[in-house]
Amino acid sequence: MLEIKNLQVSMQEKKVLKGFDLSIGKGEVHAIMGLNGAGKSTLSKSITGHFDCDVMGGEVMYKNKNMLDIPPEDRANEGIFMSFQNPVEIPGVNNMYFLRSILNAKRVYNGQEELTSVEILKKIKKITKEFHINEDMMKRSVNDGFSGGEKKKNELLQMLLLEPDFLILDEIDSGLDIDALKIVAHGVNSMRSPDRSFLIITHYQRLLSFIKPDFIHILKDGKIIKTGDYTLAQELEDKGYEMVEAL
Amino acid sequence: MSDTRKIDSTNQDKALDDALNSEYKLGFETDVESETFPVGLNEDVIRAISAKKKEPSWLLDYRLKAYKKWLTMEEPNWAELNYEPVDYQSISYFSAPKKPLGSLDEVDPNILKTYEKLGIPLEEQKMLAGVAVDAVFDSVSVKTTFHKELDDLGIIFCSISDAAINHPELLQKYISSVVPIGDNYFGALNSAVFTDGSFVYIPKGVSCPMELSTYFRINAVNTGQFERTLIIADEGSYVSYNEGCSAPSRDENQLHAAIVELVALDDSHIKYSTIQNWFPGDENGKGGIYNFVTKRSVCKKNAKVSWTQVETGSAITWKYPSCILAGDNSVGEFFSVAITSLAQQADTGTKMIHIGKNTKSTIISKGISALKGKNNYRGLVKVSKNADNARNFSQCDSLLIGDECSAHTFPYLDTQNKNAKVEHEATTSKISDQQLFYIRQRGLDEEHAVSMIVNGFCKEVLQELPMEFAAEAKELLSITLEGSVG
Repeated sequence: MLEIKNLQVSMQEKKVLKGFDLSIGKGEVHAIMGLNGAGKSTLSKSITGHFDCDVMGGEVMYKNKNMLDIPPEDRANEGIFMSFQNPVEIPGVNNMYFLRSILNAKRVYNGQEELTSVEILKKIKKITKEFHINEDMMKRSVNDGFSGGEKKKNELLQMLLLEPDFLILDEIDSGLDIDALKIVAHGVNSMRSPDRSFLIITHYQRLLSFIKPDFIHILKDGKIIKTGDYTLAQELEDKGYEMVEAL
Repeated sequence: MSDTRKIDSTNQDKALDDALNSEYKLGFETDVESETFPVGLNEDVIRAISAKKKEPSWLLDYRLKAYKKWLTMEEPNWAELNYEPVDYQSISYFSAPKKPLGSLDEVDPNILKTYEKLGIPLEEQKMLAGVAVDAVFDSVSVKTTFHKELDDLGIIFCSISDAAINHPELLQKYISSVVPIGDNYFGALNSAVFTDGSFVYIPKGVSCPMELSTYFRINAVNTGQFERTLIIADEGSYVSYNEGCSAPSRDENQLHAAIVELVALDDSHIKYSTIQNWFPGDENGKGGIYNFVTKRSVCKKNAKVSWTQVETGSAITWKYPSCILAGDNSVGEFFSVAITSLAQQADTGTKMIHIGKNTKSTIISKGISALKGKNNYRGLVKVSKNADNARNFSQCDSLLIGDECSAHTFPYLDTQNKNAKVEHEATTSKISDQQLFYIRQRGLDEEHAVSMIVNGFCKEVLQELPMEFAAEAKELLSITLEGSVG
């Protein structure tokens, strides 16, 4: 699904990723853990095409296309979705209108018919009901004045609606209480399928106990220094990064 | 700094520039034989205009008085605007389509085509939509619809030239009752040479059942446009009036100096909405329209006037729709979106003059600047000695797109009454990269993302527009920033 080879990226003229390799197969769930500054955010921004990233070399192949050659919106419409650590507020833009616009943009890109407002509303209602999302959020401006939990639920709603093939969850657990965390984890788990892959970025083991990843990678200085199965997260939690690094 | 980065950011800038520089989409010119006066202005020209329109002699006297006044005045220069001086002797002061006008069938097909291109359905669509249209094409009314329905209610909706002939007593009573002949330089010029415009009278207690619309279009080369609009809402009446315009591309700067006077008698309500989309000129400001407009209303007891404007066009905009809150409990509102892109300059705002007791005013102004655009809000809130309990709320927000544009806010406050409560809020923001990236990560391209952010920014104003008009305004925002960034 996703093949990253020798990726080298600078942020603000500082080299962050220095020859990063990662291969994620269909249906796999990978988690990346690491301390602040290890390069976790840079990795997700590089895959999605954030303009802060200066890509110096390497490739990001997704469904056999190099994502580095196309703009962020095309990467999104090819099926890459990133949930943001800090979802951005867009004052004055109705959330329902936003959801309709992004879903139809994706459908048009992929040669599908646009859906009517009524059809989209039906889809949304199904999601909000199943995942206990307050429908009031549809009437407000995108993330404007939302609490931290509401913002994350709005991200969840978007991913459930867009049904992407590859998801990057960038610290989707930050700022969530345990109830909200369970809802988000339930949402993510409900999307797991043999055709869909995940890259989860997190500091904590907490989220991973709800979403059990197939692989865990520890990132340090822009490189993966250790890869293991789910037990690695527990090990990290017990011993701390330094101990694991020393191994 | 890496090379890759350079290429990336250059592409980014280029995309944005391309979007903002996209050609004026409504730029085309209709070929209609015009009967146009030679250029220049003197008393004979004014007499000729008046004769051509078969005006009563008092109106000619009025024009001549205004002309004499104008000769003694100087062009104002206090606004933050830079432009080449206007040569008033190089302008033709009259131009009219030649063909006789009757039913729609007789209207020049070119004119109809022009309206179609502009998306203005003059015929059935408008009727179905319940909109009566008094279309002004190059200074002369081409077609008026829906008169029967309006007649039955006693509503007068005609060109100002018709009013001079058919309703001289109303015209004489109210013309310049809000904007005096010598009020300002451009106003005096208009009073001397105005060629057409709309006249509306709503009788006592009548609520006009449809939106009244006028579409202006500047067409003949080098012909200044001097529209004159007068709307009178008699006691307890209501009217919503829409003014929208667009113009073809050209090289010569075109002067436009209109006057709009609104008279809101006791307990009446006038809602006046404008979409202004005249040719903005190229990226150096060449060829755009100069728009110097005087718009003012007087509100008698319990009356209300709401000005809503979406200003996307013109090279120069000089415009301050105002409310004189003369009567007790009267209300004035001003909602404005002004976009300046390319090299456009706008100096716009409002004046709220509180004279009566318990008068209220609201000002919501949204200025958007892109490329080398320059956007100024200039507003006066004046509370007179006797205006007990006057209330004003002003909010002026500016949105900047890119690094070469500018926005300024000049709020003037003059309060002579201690009971007055005046609030002013102002913000300036930039479209953030984070916002753009977020929206693009969801699959919308940059142009779409900008347009979305801008529309959100303007929402409070756009929602004040009549629904159909609001849709048009959004389309325009997109075209301008494209379409209007955004």
